[in-house]
Amino acid sequence: MMINGVTLDDTFAEAFPMKATRAIITAQNEKWAMISAQAMTGFATSVIACGCEAGIERVLSPDETPDGRPGVAVMIYAMGGKGLAKQLETRAGQCVLTSPTSALFAGISGGKPIPLGKNLRYFGDGFQIAKKIGGKRYWRVPVMDGEFLTEATTGMVDAVGGGNFLVLAESQPQALAACEAAIDAMRQVPNVIMPFPGGVVRSGSKVGSKYKTLNASTNDAFCPTLKGVTETDLSAEIESVMEIVIDGLTKEDIAQAMRVGIQAVCDLGAAAGIRRISAGNYGGKLGPFHFHLQEIMA
Amino acid sequence: MSALTFTLKQAPAQRVDLSPLVCQKLEGLSLAAIAAIELHSGKAVLRVDTLFDISGSDAQNLVFRSHSEKLDCIGKALNGGSIRVEGNAGAYLGLQMKAGSITVSGNAGLYAACEMKNGLIQIEGNAGDFLGGALPGSKQGMKGGTVVVKGHVGDRCGDHLRRGQILIEGNAGEYCGSRMVAGTIAVMGSVGRHAGYAMRRGTLLLWNPPHLPASFNDCGSHTLAFLPILFASFKGLDSRFADSRVAFNRVRRFGGDMAETGRGEVLVRLAQPESTH
Repeated sequence: MMINGVTLDDTFAEAFPMKATRAIITAQNEKWAMISAQAMTGFATSVIACGCEAGIERVLSPDETPDGRPGVAVMIYAMGGKGLAKQLETRAGQCVLTSPTSALFAGISGGKPIPLGKNLRYFGDGFQIAKKIGGKRYWRVPVMDGEFLTEATTGMVDAVGGGNFLVLAESQPQALAACEAAIDAMRQVPNVIMPFPGGVVRSGSKVGSKYKTLNASTNDAFCPTLKGVTETDLSAEIESVMEIVIDGLTKEDIAQAMRVGIQAVCDLGAAAGIRRISAGNYGGKLGPFHFHLQEIMA
Repeated sequence: MSALTFTLKQAPAQRVDLSPLVCQKLEGLSLAAIAAIELHSGKAVLRVDTLFDISGSDAQNLVFRSHSEKLDCIGKALNGGSIRVEGNAGAYLGLQMKAGSITVSGNAGLYAACEMKNGLIQIEGNAGDFLGGALPGSKQGMKGGTVVVKGHVGDRCGDHLRRGQILIEGNAGEYCGSRMVAGTIAVMGSVGRHAGYAMRRGTLLLWNPPHLPASFNDCGSHTLAFLPILFASFKGLDSRFADSRVAFNRVRRFGGDMAETGRGEVLVRLAQPESTH
């Protein structure tokens, strides 16, 4: 399959079940809501070593937030519910509670309730105040800039992590430009995050390593500098490969994000140095969710 | 189906306990069976049909047409459905109510919403003393739900209030929020002396400066983030509290009662935003 001179490999991305939650951070202005959100979603590119994958879903206008202030929706994904709850609480406590003028609210009303500010309230040392408003429990925690307002719980739901596609280009700048275009388009899709830096990962991995202590190592088949010394998956003109990884609440959300992302890359086309789109998988043996590139773009 | 309607024939000589006439107890009963229900009035026992003309059939929607203030315990332990009182209600309106709604077009007597657990009570006129309070000897008053009073309320409003919100468009009497354990009382009018007396936790939200006991300490002026959320939750009410123009988030905070645990608060609206220093 070819779109605008870009070849879509007959392959699929392989994704896994995860647990996910969403939180809404508000602040005096968008600048400080974003600072808090960036802190909360920092060091959360991959569950391999970060404990979770997190990202900013989108900016919220004041009429979309519970307290009528500018806000940011963040999503956190983890392999299990216990780990997700721990990551959420730690990050909320260290990154949002500490952030000037911030408030923190649930972003998912259904699912299984997990603590958001339920335990952070103890920071109030007995001066914290509970308010049950409209069936929801809030905590008002006195802090040095006034009060930290937080909802007690947010919802945890089943989700999908690890959707992906690879952009194969004639040069590094062209690969990056295509990925930037894809990320710009994919950020308009709700219910998904692209957890890597700027949404793009340049160090895609394969399972296993020659070193026994490592369970993942560089994906040498897609490393352009190794074309002559390993079993490569790259043709001679490919000089750079970059990957976009997607976590989403549902399989359909990820498919939609992949669709708009791949389309944005293909819109640049061969004229912009884009030669192929591929995807990462493990032979279909590990993850139950398969996203076939050609089916998605059909 | 039309609402099951009880029209008072004539004002009773003694107070009458209407607690058997709630939606969950009348469901499935014929008019004849309802007419035969016995009501206590002092030492006397009265059949329902000696007091009321009965019409309609929908037991989930009750209407009491009353020109007497002696009809007590309307909606006691109500567990769903709606009750509309056209006229005045006696004492203990919505006593220990669990769910549903009660509206009163006139006034309500003592102990309205007493130990209420959930639901909505709306009183178009005035309410008596101990609104949302606790029965004598009980340590916890209203535990949930919402009470809206468009007129004035008597003394000891929210005495021992545990949870829920009492919204008063008019004035409140003395000892408003006395011995509060938690919850919220909002008063648009004035409040009498000794507001918040012996309150442990909870919020008194006032539009006008009160006369507070000496055991409340000034905590200064603040912009509180929970207030917009609180006011937004009022939007569905048939009340001035639903009007976004009455909302505010800038308050003067008084902590107390320091003679108790001191974890309660009285928040007094600040009309104009203050400049920060």
